[in-house]
Amino acid sequence: METKEWVKTASVDKFPANAGACVLVNGEQIAVFNFAEENRWYATQNQCPHKGEMAISRGLTGDSNGTPKVACPFHKKSFSLEDGTCLTDEDYELKTYPVKIEDGFVYIEIE
Amino acid sequence: MKKKIILIGNGMTGFRFCEKFVESGMSADHELLVFGEENTPAYDRVHLTSFYTGTTADELLLAPANWYADNQITLKSGDRIAAINRNEKKVISEHGHSYSYDILVLATGSSAFVPPIQGVDKKGIFVYRTFDDILAIKKYIPKATKAAVIGGGLLGLEAAKAVMDDGLKTSIIEFAPRLMPRQLDELGASMLRHKLESFDLEVLLNKSTEKILGNGKITGMQFTDGSVLETDLLVISAGIKPRDELARSCDLEVHPRGGIVVNSKMGTADESIFAIGECVVVHGMVWGLVAPCYEMAEVLIANLRNGQREFLGFDLSSKLKLIGTDVASFGHALSEPHHGRTIVYENKSRGVYKRLNVSLDGKYLLGGILVGDAEEYNLLKQIVNNKIKLPENPEDLILGSRGGGGAGISVSDLPDEAVICSCENISKKTILNAVEIDGAESVPLIKKCTKSGTGCGGCVPMLDDLLTFSMKSRGKEVRKVICEHFSYTRQELFDLIKVDEIKTYPELLKKYGTGYGCEVCKPVTASLLASIWNEVVAKHDTIQDTNDRFLANIQQRGLYSVVPRMPAGEITPEKLIVIGEVARKYDLYTKITGGQRIDMFGARVDLLPDIWEELIDAGFESGHAYGKALRTVKSCVGSTWCRFGMDDSVSFAVEIEERYKGIRAPHKIKGGVSGCVRECAEARSKDFGVIATEKGWNLFVCGNGGANPRHADLLASDLDKETVIKYIDRFIMFYIKTAEPLTRTAKWLGSMEGGLGHLRDVVVNDSLGIGEKLEADLQKLVETYQCEWKEVVNNPELRKKYRHFVNSEETDSNIKFVALRDQKMPAK
Repeated sequence: METKEWVKTASVDKFPANAGACVLVNGEQIAVFNFAEENRWYATQNQCPHKGEMAISRGLTGDSNGTPKVACPFHKKSFSLEDGTCLTDEDYELKTYPVKIEDGFVYIEIE
Repeated sequence: MKKKIILIGNGMTGFRFCEKFVESGMSADHELLVFGEENTPAYDRVHLTSFYTGTTADELLLAPANWYADNQITLKSGDRIAAINRNEKKVISEHGHSYSYDILVLATGSSAFVPPIQGVDKKGIFVYRTFDDILAIKKYIPKATKAAVIGGGLLGLEAAKAVMDDGLKTSIIEFAPRLMPRQLDELGASMLRHKLESFDLEVLLNKSTEKILGNGKITGMQFTDGSVLETDLLVISAGIKPRDELARSCDLEVHPRGGIVVNSKMGTADESIFAIGECVVVHGMVWGLVAPCYEMAEVLIANLRNGQREFLGFDLSSKLKLIGTDVASFGHALSEPHHGRTIVYENKSRGVYKRLNVSLDGKYLLGGILVGDAEEYNLLKQIVNNKIKLPENPEDLILGSRGGGGAGISVSDLPDEAVICSCENISKKTILNAVEIDGAESVPLIKKCTKSGTGCGGCVPMLDDLLTFSMKSRGKEVRKVICEHFSYTRQELFDLIKVDEIKTYPELLKKYGTGYGCEVCKPVTASLLASIWNEVVAKHDTIQDTNDRFLANIQQRGLYSVVPRMPAGEITPEKLIVIGEVARKYDLYTKITGGQRIDMFGARVDLLPDIWEELIDAGFESGHAYGKALRTVKSCVGSTWCRFGMDDSVSFAVEIEERYKGIRAPHKIKGGVSGCVRECAEARSKDFGVIATEKGWNLFVCGNGGANPRHADLLASDLDKETVIKYIDRFIMFYIKTAEPLTRTAKWLGSMEGGLGHLRDVVVNDSLGIGEKLEADLQKLVETYQCEWKEVVNNPELRKKYRHFVNSEETDSNIKFVALRDQKMPAK
């Protein structure tokens, strides 16, 4: 049976506004993004499925027709932060994780 | 049973025949067997010079080798047909194989005409016609110091430019009293001649070569007037000779001056044999341009399918760009006085000559010539071809209407059936349909959708005009807006940021944008903020592109490289030792860069501030290798040490690099300074290049290395240092203000209206009256420079951002190295 747990990562002030940062959760690298104006948070795998680089957290964030997204810094593949699909017409996909903020800390739910 | 067609010749015309064969569906009841004597399948011979300058053979192929088989065409490359047996309807190849045909098509093309000059078989003498010719010339170039080209026509001038660009002092030898005698009149040719001479091409007219001098290989040429020219490489481009030898050998009729005689349906006297392209004579002449040859291929395909099409002659208008100079002739360019009147405009200071030939009644345009500025070429050609009635003051067509506005004729006046792209035979209506019905609302889409503009490319500006016309007439706008978040151009954003004193991206987005931004508008804004306010980029780290966020170039495995500035490539032994010690301490892979400095690779993001702290303590600064900013100003050895140096290139390069370091621009900027014409700094491959002369410095601009190499153009000559700096100030600031994002200066110039002439007007002649403003804006950037790495190293808040995990001190476990030649590289 699958078990899921919320893992506390770091305090909110450790994360840059309107950009990404990387956290280490149970040995996994997870990219966390903060859309500060609306206090919306997203989390995805940090590894870009294109060339396998651990780089998604260093990508530029933004939106494409309203869908929040991140562009990998290596070759500018863009991914939806809502469901991890690649927006630049390719078969790559990012795994996404639920995020919540409690007591000023960022929590990520992982299996 | 399928009818057998054999096509001899896989050049451009032969390929067009194949293409139309496939399109027409003839393969249902015909087999097509094609013979090409060259080893490569058909390629774009029109752009042969781009093969000379580095485009690969594959890129010039008209279709990949498998295209033929994919379309049920059998291609035999490198197998020459040696004989035709008309009685048995067979062709016999060089290898002795025979093949039978029902229909035989000769598209054997032409070869370079080599005049019967004594000694013309010596080594070092070439023609300019095929890939093999180009490779042979290239191979010989290192053995030569001086080149000559026989033939001052279209191709001869291209060849001369190509060998000159390889560093050889080059002379053009023309038999006629003027250059391009078929296209230009006396005045136009002399304008072109002055232009070529200003680029150090020697032009010798009225010269007939009597013999080639040299023992085994060419050392010079002797002319009939007794004069002698020393040269050790000769390219002959004196016209073409139709390849009619096969036709001759099987007793088909050939013209006394060469060429297979065909009727207007492309048929020979043998009803099974047809001929097309440059190997034929039709309407009494050989048609040596690609467009009419394509037309012949299409006519023949139509007739083979029982059509009744005729080749009725063709527009021989042509336009080319030579050493940055446009040269065009259209319609009856050289019409006689009794046919019409001429309107001539000549501006020697700008090197422009324009001539219009107007009918005696003043109603129609017959033809004309444009040298130095051929912007109106496409429209003028259309006015001739479509017999459009001239406006009251036809001179407005070449001078622009006095009192503003156009001259009264534009693309909207052309009839629907006007042929816009003559290579592909595409009409105005077809193009407008592509835009309006198929939604091809950009030039690349129009090209893809209609194939127009994919041949010689001459009609591309007109495609743009048609697009703008169509969009405007439907109330749509064509503007190069940044992205979906800002419906402004980069130049508009520049002004908005400046006028509204906007200092951050969120401010700009809130005031002028929508949504959350993206990876396009964020770095553009970051660059604009830096170019305008010159605050340390690290303060805007989250909107910077990859490299500017951590002030280092991201490499494999997310590692970074470190490049300290070494102005002009000069470095003291002490500083060299520091680099060595830092690289050893942090175990970095070191390599010399193309810009004369040292790159240290393999730094983890968390180590960057520590590494830079040590470098800054030793007196280094950021090299901005990661930024869209000034990279390096490369220098040669210069007169302090070099025995050939005319001036101290290193000191000047140091001064220039120190002046412009850190300045953010639409793209990276590279410079170079050479101490003499040997140009060891390769300054002409840079965005700006300075080369010492006997009388001062020559300034070149808009060069480029990389994927699309381009030699920089001469902007001004024999300048003193202060003027060089003044012009570079203006040039860089004008570039920063007006270029599209991520556009190098070469591309920027390429799309600049008025081209180099306009740039020179702005920078040198200050035609817009903004010279002092540009200098002042640039001076402000120079005065507010600060080393951004110094700022990061000394600012604990900024320094904290350099870590891989925000919740752990661990490092990225994915980073591993393997050994490489006594150093290391990232493991895959």
